[in-house]
Amino acid sequence: MELTTLILALPSVTAFWLIIGIVLPASLLVLRGKYHAGIIQTMLVCTAICCYLFWLIAFLVQLNPLVGPVLKKEELEHIARQWNDAEIHLKS
Amino acid sequence: MGSLFRSEEMSLAQLFLQSEAVYACVRELGELGKVQFRDLNPDVSAFQRKFVSEVRRCDEMERKLRFFAKEVKKSGLTLKPAPLDIRAPDPPVMIDLENEFEQLEAQVKDIESHREQLQKNLIDLVELKHVLLNAQVDFEHAERETNIQRHPTDNLQQGLIANGAESEEEVAAGKLSRVNLEFVTGTIGRERFPGFERVLWRATRGNVYVRHAAIPDAVRDPITGNQVFKDVFVLFFSGENLKNRVTKICEGYRATLYPCPENRQERRETLTSIDARIHDLNQVLHETYIHSQEQLGRIGNDLEIWNIQVKKIKAIYHTMNMFNLDVTAKCLIAEGWCPVESMDEIQDALNRGTDYSGASVQSILRPTETKLTAPTYNKTNKFTGGFQVIVDAYGIGNYQEVNPTPYTIITFPFLFAVMFGDAGHGLLMFLFAISLIIFEKRLANWKAGGEVCLITNFMVYPNNILYS
Repeated sequence: MELTTLILALPSVTAFWLIIGIVLPASLLVLRGKYHAGIIQTMLVCTAICCYLFWLIAFLVQLNPLVGPVLKKEELEHIARQWNDAEIHLKS
Repeated sequence: MGSLFRSEEMSLAQLFLQSEAVYACVRELGELGKVQFRDLNPDVSAFQRKFVSEVRRCDEMERKLRFFAKEVKKSGLTLKPAPLDIRAPDPPVMIDLENEFEQLEAQVKDIESHREQLQKNLIDLVELKHVLLNAQVDFEHAERETNIQRHPTDNLQQGLIANGAESEEEVAAGKLSRVNLEFVTGTIGRERFPGFERVLWRATRGNVYVRHAAIPDAVRDPITGNQVFKDVFVLFFSGENLKNRVTKICEGYRATLYPCPENRQERRETLTSIDARIHDLNQVLHETYIHSQEQLGRIGNDLEIWNIQVKKIKAIYHTMNMFNLDVTAKCLIAEGWCPVESMDEIQDALNRGTDYSGASVQSILRPTETKLTAPTYNKTNKFTGGFQVIVDAYGIGNYQEVNPTPYTIITFPFLFAVMFGDAGHGLLMFLFAISLIIFEKRLANWKAGGEVCLITNFMVYPNNILYS
């Protein structure tokens, strides 16, 4: 379940920002020729790039983290007991 | 999109304006605000320019307006804010304004000095009243004390006994007149009194009898405007010499002397007459106060409008000082930078000015080739203006350099949001921004740059988006 959520997240968010970043400005260009079109287009593209990049980087980092949570041995065993005696995998 | 990302293309234009039309044309161009004039007389000092007398007249008017503003503020009235569409009036109207200001200034100064005079009179009367009130007690004490020998070497006071069965007043009067005991009455500041008494004692070797009483109410000193406490005193002495000495000491200590009749009957009469005079004076003061408030109220209504008008007139004459007078062709030559795409607007403004002044020849606008570097002009609307100001704070770009403002509009709030933004903060900023937009009109009158507020409006969305 978690995996599907994860897998669905990437394309949907990308699509969202693509719409805002590419589709909307293009339509603005077509629909309303001169009414502040330039500024609004710039703003939309900028926002899309900034916010998408921000989200993407945070997302990818969490997908492949560099470090995991740092726990003491007792805390680790306590958590394992809580989660229905899950097995402890230690990655080095 | 050259103009969005770069500054506008400018061209240097020469304007040929007829002498009659100059004022009106410069006024129209000033309202339009799209021309930056070059100073064609750089080597001429400020006092040798052509319109220096008009500028001086404007300075005079500004001084009078500042005086009015001070008076209005002093009287506690408020100035009515001016509407946004005041234009500079024509030169004849300017002369009318000058005369009006002069008259008003004279009137205001008149009333003020009149009022001060009246108040001084009032204070004098009030002090005199206190003197008279205390006099009776003092005289009684005086005649009692003169029975006691106060100074062994003073022979004058020896022969003052003789308690007869006469009425008190006659005794007092009789005693005083028999010994030729003179007196002076007056008032002095309370803190000065001890020193005064001591000097009197020393200077007259104790031959002066002093009685004093405090005036309970404070009196308003007209010079400093503070409330000062004063004492009433009566000095008894005999002899011409002592009198001179005493008077000099009183002058030195800045005590005011008041004449006081010896007779109790006279004193009572004087007291009633003084009361009547005080009452009248209060009436007159009240009337004067109302009159001055009315006048200052009327001035306060128009003051802001006059301020703006005078400033615009002055600006017009400053601009006209930069023009070159071409004596032969009877016209003024001006040079200015203007954006290429506003040429039509400027021509329209010039036409309007020429038509208004009724000059025969139309003003000419002629773009010229030049090697000078044009000034940087970034066309902005209300929204982008705020961001342009922020970018300009780091330094204005060269002519037709890339203008980073369009990107700044987004990245600037974004970076702030990244630094400390969260959903709650974003929500608050969003609400604040909405409120600023709604009340934009009301806030536009803020002198503190209400347009910047509009900008903070939009610093919102990134905050909202960042819910990390």
